Amino acid sequence: MKQVLAVLTVVAVIIAFWYAASVPMNIRGVLVEAERAGEVVDPPKAADRRQIDEFELILDNPFAIDDTWEQERPRLPAPHQVAEELWDTTVEKKITSKRSLVYHAWVTLSATLLGFAFGTGLGILLAVGIVHSKVMDMSVMPWAIVSQTIPIIALAPMIIVVLYSVGVQGIIPKAVISAYLSFFPVVVGMVKGLRSPDMMQLDLLRTYGASKAQGFWKLRLPASMPYLFASLKIGIAASLVGAIVGELPTGAVAGLGARLLAGSYYGQTVQIWSALFGAAILAACLVGLLGLIERAVLKRMGMA
Amino acid sequence: MMLILAAMLLWAFGWWLNLRLAEGSYAHTRAIQVTVPLIFGLTILVVWELLVRGLQVPLVILPPPTMIAGRFASSTSILWADFVQTFVKGALSGYVMGCCAAFVMAIAVDRSTFLRMGLLPVGNFVAALPIVGTAPILVMWFGFDWQSKAAVVVVMVFFPMLVNTVAGLRETTAMQRDLMETYAASYWQSFFKLRLPAAMPFIFNGLKISTTLALIGAIVAEFFGSPTVGMGFRISTSVGQLALDMVWAEIVVAALAGTLFYGAVAMIEKVVTFWHPSQRG
Repeated sequence: MKQVLAVLTVVAVIIAFWYAASVPMNIRGVLVEAERAGEVVDPPKAADRRQIDEFELILDNPFAIDDTWEQERPRLPAPHQVAEELWDTTVEKKITSKRSLVYHAWVTLSATLLGFAFGTGLGILLAVGIVHSKVMDMSVMPWAIVSQTIPIIALAPMIIVVLYSVGVQGIIPKAVISAYLSFFPVVVGMVKGLRSPDMMQLDLLRTYGASKAQGFWKLRLPASMPYLFASLKIGIAASLVGAIVGELPTGAVAGLGARLLAGSYYGQTVQIWSALFGAAILAACLVGLLGLIERAVLKRMGMA
Repeated sequence: MMLILAAMLLWAFGWWLNLRLAEGSYAHTRAIQVTVPLIFGLTILVVWELLVRGLQVPLVILPPPTMIAGRFASSTSILWADFVQTFVKGALSGYVMGCCAAFVMAIAVDRSTFLRMGLLPVGNFVAALPIVGTAPILVMWFGFDWQSKAAVVVVMVFFPMLVNTVAGLRETTAMQRDLMETYAASYWQSFFKLRLPAAMPFIFNGLKISTTLALIGAIVAEFFGSPTVGMGFRISTSVGQLALDMVWAEIVVAALAGTLFYGAVAMIEKVVTFWHPSQRG
């Protein structure tokens, strides 16, 4: 209860700060509009205003404060503008419409999920190989660890263009990027998980005369579940980032990344912010969903 | 055809060699543990080269490693300029600012239980979000030059660093804090002599996660607009010109920078947290 109160307080402070920050961020733009509309602005000339800092402008023109939260294309949109845009583009628009955020989110989400499924599948397979073969462990594992320290997302534009030039386009290139971004965290986490049973437990199975396969299915795999879910959560967040970045170089057609890019081309800040929040909500839902599955699975296995 | 056959033979040979080394009696020595992955990596490079030449893969799909190396060697001045712009100016300055800000914030948060209870879930939540998405906004605010890239990096590294530092400052036991109390230690004395050293493994964990995030942020932010220099800029324009050897050379730079950056932080960690079980080996 106290925790909820604390979180709510922090969120309230952030929103209050956001409202406060959008006043100085937008005041110049508002004053230009007010001047064009024929209102009396102090100082009246744009050139003079450039010499004065934002806070003095606010003090000189208190009538403009309200308008800083209602601009068409603000530098920093106020929270309620973003919320309105989010509501407008998700609930009010039909989901088949090109202006619906749900449609764009689905474009990104489908690529994310496809890539995530492939990436995790391959990651788990490789982890099983690494755990069972010493030579694979010694050759591949160091590279898997090193790959965590390099920004592999830099490959994204190249993958898009290369796949395009061999005739593959649409969802697949983005899914490929999502797949390789989720691949390495899963490999590293899963190897750790499959190795988590200690000597005693492995020895016990040996005294039962269990085969290697039985040891894998009955001990190693169940023991690896907490590690698997921890890395799945990292992997799905990375997949989503991959799908969003994968939409950037194709020239903005559909998807959350395309919304971001189009918004930044045309100065539609409210659109950028709503796409950003759409992505954040999507990421939170995906991670939250994995958390629920994790809890259900671990409970069923008697581990939570 | 010969080349493809050679590639397959070489692959088999490399695998056999590694198998012998890994199963051999010296497998646990340091030398073998370094050699095996190196052989693996080298085999992949040579097989890549042979396959690309043997199958005559077009250069716009996959250039052979020798060509990438050639391009790397012939355009070191461009690559260096890009490296300075993206890594030194964008990533590194943002990294330092973001981590310092998060550290100071963590100390402030740590003093109030209420604030910590409220901020930690929010911080954990934000750390899982696709923060690179703020890049177009920050590019709009701070312009095309490195300042906007540094700003993206600040936002990206702030929350992982904050969450880790706050968790680290909680690491001491009540016993240890009581002991400091009986010594009549002031807040700052017990902070510097007990809680900060105890937090170091966590802080370095945050610092290490942030190294990769910093590079990602700086490179991706350049996709949204940049001056005509920088690693992200070079990658996106070279992709447009189908100059894939340049893209790969730039990726090599990014990989080297990322690994060395991470390695440098890990080295410092080793010196600072020499007392920690994970470092004593």
